[in-house]
Amino acid sequence: MKNIFSFLFIILLVIPFSKIDAQSKGTEIKSTIQASKTIFELEKLPYSMDALEPFISKTTLEFHYGKHHQSYLNNLNKLIVGTEFENSNLEEIVLKSKGAIFNNAAQVWNHTFYWNGLSPKSTLKPQGQLLEAIEKEFGSFETFKEKFTNASLSLFGSGWAWLVKDKEGKLEIVQTSNAENPILQGKTPILVCDVWEHAYYIDQKNKRAAYVEAFWNLVDWKKAEENFRR
Amino acid sequence: MSKFTLPVFPYAQDALEPHISKTTIEFHYGKHHQTYVDNLNKLIVGTEFENSNLEEIVMKSSGGIFNNAAQVWNHTFYWNCLSPKSPLKPEGKLLEAIEKEFGSFDQFKEKFTNAAVTLFGSGWAWLVKTPEGKLEIIQTSNAENPIRQEKTPLLVCDVWEHAYYIDKQNRRPAYLESFWNLVDWKKVEDRY
Repeated sequence: MKNIFSFLFIILLVIPFSKIDAQSKGTEIKSTIQASKTIFELEKLPYSMDALEPFISKTTLEFHYGKHHQSYLNNLNKLIVGTEFENSNLEEIVLKSKGAIFNNAAQVWNHTFYWNGLSPKSTLKPQGQLLEAIEKEFGSFETFKEKFTNASLSLFGSGWAWLVKDKEGKLEIVQTSNAENPILQGKTPILVCDVWEHAYYIDQKNKRAAYVEAFWNLVDWKKAEENFRR
Repeated sequence: MSKFTLPVFPYAQDALEPHISKTTIEFHYGKHHQTYVDNLNKLIVGTEFENSNLEEIVMKSSGGIFNNAAQVWNHTFYWNCLSPKSPLKPEGKLLEAIEKEFGSFDQFKEKFTNAAVTLFGSGWAWLVKTPEGKLEIIQTSNAENPIRQEKTPLLVCDVWEHAYYIDKQNRRPAYLESFWNLVDWKKVEDRY
């Protein structure tokens, strides 16, 4: 699971307090204490900003990736300062935090997973073990698509529709509200569709169904197969 | 059998410009609000709510029926909180109550704005009156409505992304700034 976070550049900022102390008047303390902080950064998209057109526009990516995803990162970096999560990796924060820290951390996680689940060169269908598991669980790939689409359309409010694998390796379609993430229930995400309105409002306005239709043209099934093998 | 219809829009669809665009109204009122009405009409067929009025459904239902009924209620209330001729500030007893509760009108605006901006996900920010007559700012998620907590809604701001995405995209604070130019304080005073 952790290697899916290889996209995050974690920079350790080392702030030598001794330098600060040396500048303070009236103190002779020469501190060797060093503080290390985790700073999360937005990873580059695995494709160009216009690569998902005509299904998802460059403008949508400029806002969804460039503004929303970036804001969650900025918020997270601010919020963890001085907390127990200052030195944690993203997955630890998602699993252990609450409130605003959780919301922002999980939204960073979810969006990165979403971008990495899309490709301008979708094979449109899975193969091998994942296809077999889908057929076993849902009857056919078409039935799976129908059920996943339905989960995406019927989620009320903001959230995500997921294909996940439970601990026994069984496939399941789940809906989560707002920032909620299935790893909190010990499930392994395989595929996700963002159904926050910001994911589709520029391109499709109120027509979420048209967005989900577009989404099926972009699923990176190779990635989904990798996620399934984990 | 109840058959709900979309209430007539209380002003011209371009009347809120430049603060809220005609295009936003065409989608927000013409598509989203209309869809909640259509869904509700379909969902209540054959249920105990077939002959209920909207408020009864909001108070007693759950799941899909509640979501659509409350969204119909909330949106109608929202449109009736806005006016192209906003006096920008309340007067009389409401102003006094706001000053008593929040210190000043500006402090109230700041707190309400903060509630609207910090609501995570989809939902609404409300100014309500409690059964004791006290003013309160509350946030509700998705379709949730304060009348279920016996609170009287006085003013609401819709912070679902569809309320501002066409005009402001990700900038919810910019939408709030626009919102303050449109509040129909006369109606809010009447409710108080």
